[in-house]
Amino acid sequence: MKKKWLSYPYLVWMAIFIIIPSLLILFYGFTVKDEQGFRFSLQNFYRFCDPIFFGVLFKSLWLALLSTFVCLIVGYPVALILASKEYSKKTTMSLLFIIPMWMNFLLRTYAWLTLLEKNGIINSILSFFHLPTINILYTNGAVILGMVYNFLPFMILPIYTVLMKIDNKLVEAAQDLGGNWVTVFRRVILPLSLPGVMSGLTMVFMPAVTTFVISKLLGGAQYTLIGNLIERQFLTVYDWNFGATISIIMMIFILISIAIMSRFDEDKGGGAALW
Amino acid sequence: MVKKIIMKSYLGLILLFMYLPIVVLIAFSFNKSKSRGNWTGFTLKWYGELFRNSQIKDALYNTIVIALLSSIIAVVIGTLAAIGIHSMKKAKKTAVMNLTYLPVLNPDIVTGVSLMLMFVFIGTFVKMQMGFFTMLLAHVTFNIPYVILSVLPKLKQMNSNLYEAALDLGASSSYALRKVIIPEIMPGIVSGFLMAITLSIDDFVISYFTTGSGVSNLSITIYSMARTGVKPTINALSTLMFGGVLLLLFIINIRSDREEKKRKSIKTGGMEV
Repeated sequence: MKKKWLSYPYLVWMAIFIIIPSLLILFYGFTVKDEQGFRFSLQNFYRFCDPIFFGVLFKSLWLALLSTFVCLIVGYPVALILASKEYSKKTTMSLLFIIPMWMNFLLRTYAWLTLLEKNGIINSILSFFHLPTINILYTNGAVILGMVYNFLPFMILPIYTVLMKIDNKLVEAAQDLGGNWVTVFRRVILPLSLPGVMSGLTMVFMPAVTTFVISKLLGGAQYTLIGNLIERQFLTVYDWNFGATISIIMMIFILISIAIMSRFDEDKGGGAALW
Repeated sequence: MVKKIIMKSYLGLILLFMYLPIVVLIAFSFNKSKSRGNWTGFTLKWYGELFRNSQIKDALYNTIVIALLSSIIAVVIGTLAAIGIHSMKKAKKTAVMNLTYLPVLNPDIVTGVSLMLMFVFIGTFVKMQMGFFTMLLAHVTFNIPYVILSVLPKLKQMNSNLYEAALDLGASSSYALRKVIIPEIMPGIVSGFLMAITLSIDDFVISYFTTGSGVSNLSITIYSMARTGVKPTINALSTLMFGGVLLLLFIINIRSDREEKKRKSIKTGGMEV
């Protein structure tokens, strides 16, 4: 099959809009600007080796991991139910999970403020039934909730897409050979769905680690994740060099996390071809 | 039976979680009071105000045009790229896939900042203003990988013999591409397109860094409002957009149902003859 040239427009596009900008980030990250212009320096990396900055980095990674895990636990059953042959209204139902994303995510996240407030809608309902009220707004809990809420569809859709393509005969064969549904799931469905799970994990973890809007809205103005740190460097402090340095450090950690995730997929021929 | 009830209630619960904030938004677009959280009575005045607000109208226009244009361009480039990548040898494929993952793994904020740096860089050579066009380029750039990532699994699951069989039966390679490969990977293309549109409409961070003064999309408008409190006008607009999307989906659904029935009747008609 000689179809390689079909990808050439894409490669040209990527060279201009991905590679050159990435090089620029590297350039800014490894330089400082003074009167004579830019000069090479690791100064900004030393600056980041401060317990405060490290704390922010690990907090971001930890919250993103938690949210990704919750998305997987909550989202996999959804994809499974949608794809199961007992469920007939597949198209409509899978659309129902896409539709919310068509409403602006800033607004949807903002709406959670109204829901979670001390005298907000959820607490009003809870106190109406004389249940204990919850106060998670401006805490880690609210930020995780916001992440799960925003990124759950990115977990469900890829898993669902892969599950739909699984040959039903394989499942039937496993059942005929005496597998109960736990065994069938563990030995047939789960391994076959791994490519979907891998792209789901990637699509949730990446935005979760770097968000600065969700943390700003649901965590409060003082709440700082790594994304907030970068945003501040570029938009408030105007220290583009330090901002680029933090970006590089954050990307290194993300790449490491993704590499760990994609190792699980390696023996299957690799849906994620990273390393 | 019990299993079905459990399945349905689980889906219901998740959907409730997904739609609760949207219901709140829609409800408060009819609220007389300007502040959130206080229900003081029913009104339609925010909808009237919407049509007089040129800032919101401009933002809406930019959002929709950029979403459609960037998704179409991304689907064309991305689908072709996926087919090309699929037929590459392992080493080259790995290299290209790493390149594809770069913007996906690249945090939005880094993509936005790096594109901004590049547009500034180009701006020192050619006279170029950041604005609508730079925002469009940025959106295409972050949409393409998502198209590739949703098309590639379909190609992987496709039986490669189908394509060769088509060639053996005398199809030219472009004919086989159109009649065999594209229909087979269509679900992936459609979900890639939907994802691209969704991402583009929803994008805030990258647009924020790649636009110039005076050009803003809805997200940027909302973000600048969020500091002073989101106005119910925006809620009204979101309600209308949401209704529009639902209507569109409804029409598409009815149409595809009809086509399905037509196809079925043609098939059975053919059998009888």
